[in-house]
Amino acid sequence: MRSASPRWVRVPVLVALTAFTIVFTYPLVWLVSASFKPRSEVFDNRLWPKSPTVENYLTVWETAPLALWLVNTLVVTALAATAVTLSSALVAWGFAHFRFRGRGPLFGVVLATMMLPGAVTLVPTFLIWNSLGLVGTSIPLWAGNLFASAFYVFLLRQFFRTLPREPFEAARMDGANQWSVFWRIALPLCRPALVITFLFEAQAAWTDLLRPLVYLQDSSTFTIPRGLKAIVDQFGTGGESQWEVVVTASVITTVPMVLLFFAGQRYFVQGIATTGSTR
Amino acid sequence: MARETDPVTRAPAAADRRLPSAADARRRGEGRRRTQGSVSDRRERRTALAFISPWLVGFSVFTAWPILYSAYLSLTDYDVINDPRFVGLENYQRMAEDPQVRLALWNTLQYTLVQVPLYVVVALALALLLNAAATAGAGRWFGIFRTAFFIPKMTPPVAVGVLLLLLFNGSYGLVNQVLATVGIDGPSWTTDPSWIKPGLALVSLWGVGSAVVILLAALQEVPAELYDAAKVDGAGWWRRTRTVTLPMISGGIFFVTVINTIAAFQLFDEAYSAFFGAGTSAYANDDALFYVIYLFREGFGELHMGYAAALAWLLFVVIMIVTAVQLAVSRRLVYYEGEQR
Repeated sequence: MRSASPRWVRVPVLVALTAFTIVFTYPLVWLVSASFKPRSEVFDNRLWPKSPTVENYLTVWETAPLALWLVNTLVVTALAATAVTLSSALVAWGFAHFRFRGRGPLFGVVLATMMLPGAVTLVPTFLIWNSLGLVGTSIPLWAGNLFASAFYVFLLRQFFRTLPREPFEAARMDGANQWSVFWRIALPLCRPALVITFLFEAQAAWTDLLRPLVYLQDSSTFTIPRGLKAIVDQFGTGGESQWEVVVTASVITTVPMVLLFFAGQRYFVQGIATTGSTR
Repeated sequence: MARETDPVTRAPAAADRRLPSAADARRRGEGRRRTQGSVSDRRERRTALAFISPWLVGFSVFTAWPILYSAYLSLTDYDVINDPRFVGLENYQRMAEDPQVRLALWNTLQYTLVQVPLYVVVALALALLLNAAATAGAGRWFGIFRTAFFIPKMTPPVAVGVLLLLLFNGSYGLVNQVLATVGIDGPSWTTDPSWIKPGLALVSLWGVGSAVVILLAALQEVPAELYDAAKVDGAGWWRRTRTVTLPMISGGIFFVTVINTIAAFQLFDEAYSAFFGAGTSAYANDDALFYVIYLFREGFGELHMGYAAALAWLLFVVIMIVTAVQLAVSRRLVYYEGEQR
């Protein structure tokens, strides 16, 4: 640790951090609590429901095809995260391991595309998928990930560069080809970085709203955030003010992400720290 | 087009160049040692290109082509059903006169100006607090705090929009109830035109976790000797923070600022979920009409693809100018380790 601050600093720092912790976690606690309240009590802001009920969960389950939406989202998320992890690892290895003329400028282009605002390519990308007749399916939500993503290429390259070269050169001497050097040696050594990439993209794919809004039309194809938006429109802002239904659907949309975080907490933190400090 | 992307291209490359790490030096040395005949060079190049081919294809199809194509589209009238009709600069002329464009730009600018400084300052404060907790030997609690700050980041933006509508509700929301206990009469966050943007900015703070983690990582890399030296010189906490900590982590602060500015200009999910859709009031709509929401509605609601492409180009140029200005300012303010000054 750094040079220690005096002990008396501890109390005010801990008090402040505890206060922030409450502020940051309370909305989620509120949301979960509200999902167990009858309609008349949703806004009573009690921590513990006065008359707890699972009625809302039954209502949501009956009124919206939540199971279908969850399955849709799971499929899109798994495909998107797997595709981007493998393709980005390939590309990152190409940039990290080999030396070739034009590598610097080419990698500069990779970095530049990282800064490209996504909104800029929204319309033409839609037209590409439209001309392939794939608008209305969930393919546009993940298939682009087969072609690597600049951010993850950057992230994975940082990890690949920390590996010593010797094992790879030894494997080459023993007659291994470039593919098996990558697949059998480099990838296993970079497992944490691959997990980070997978988790980041899983979170991005699961929570995305804009692209499902653009590409999905039929409610049977919806991902869960798109479905939640439909529920907000129908039950919340749409005039009926059945916010208990909206709140419950929000909980169902959010819980898988919280679980994902706890499953991979260490990787999330390590991955984010890496993106910031290596720039 | 090449000229427009240029400042962006140069930006990260330059940032990269300023940070020659030990790994870099090692690899350069090895590169020289490994210089061999041109045949194996060519073979290595071919193998490397095979590895990066997914990106080469992806870049051509999903980045370069869309940019060029949208430049063309912006000069056309196109509704997806009929063929694009070339109209010259008509879309840009219309944009210049469109009051909605001005409104959307102004709303977005206001939001960005409120959100970015707020976000960076809060992220910095939390990172400093966490770092202080770690150095004061409160390591046991450290993980709990970090988890608490990070977890909201996992919440899907639609759910964040729902929380904005409910917790910040003017009459019975929790936020105003808490404010009332300290005697403050909270505003109507979700309906009062002048409070919609601050409300959205406050809600965005909930996702500050990743910035905190980035800044914390930077803080933990500051050499302890610098603090010890400053202490020997009699510098107090504030002076040490101002003259040692902040300059040493200025690279991290800059990174967080740039990334977050670009994101703020593209605000969509939370605002769209909360303020657009069935039953949302018209006046709230106007004050939550952010640029990408307008672009989305023109493109995919009205099917004005040509106009939406022109709108996207304006956003591109605005974001690039802002990023370039931030970079220019950073050259004077940001300290990178290993750099000769």
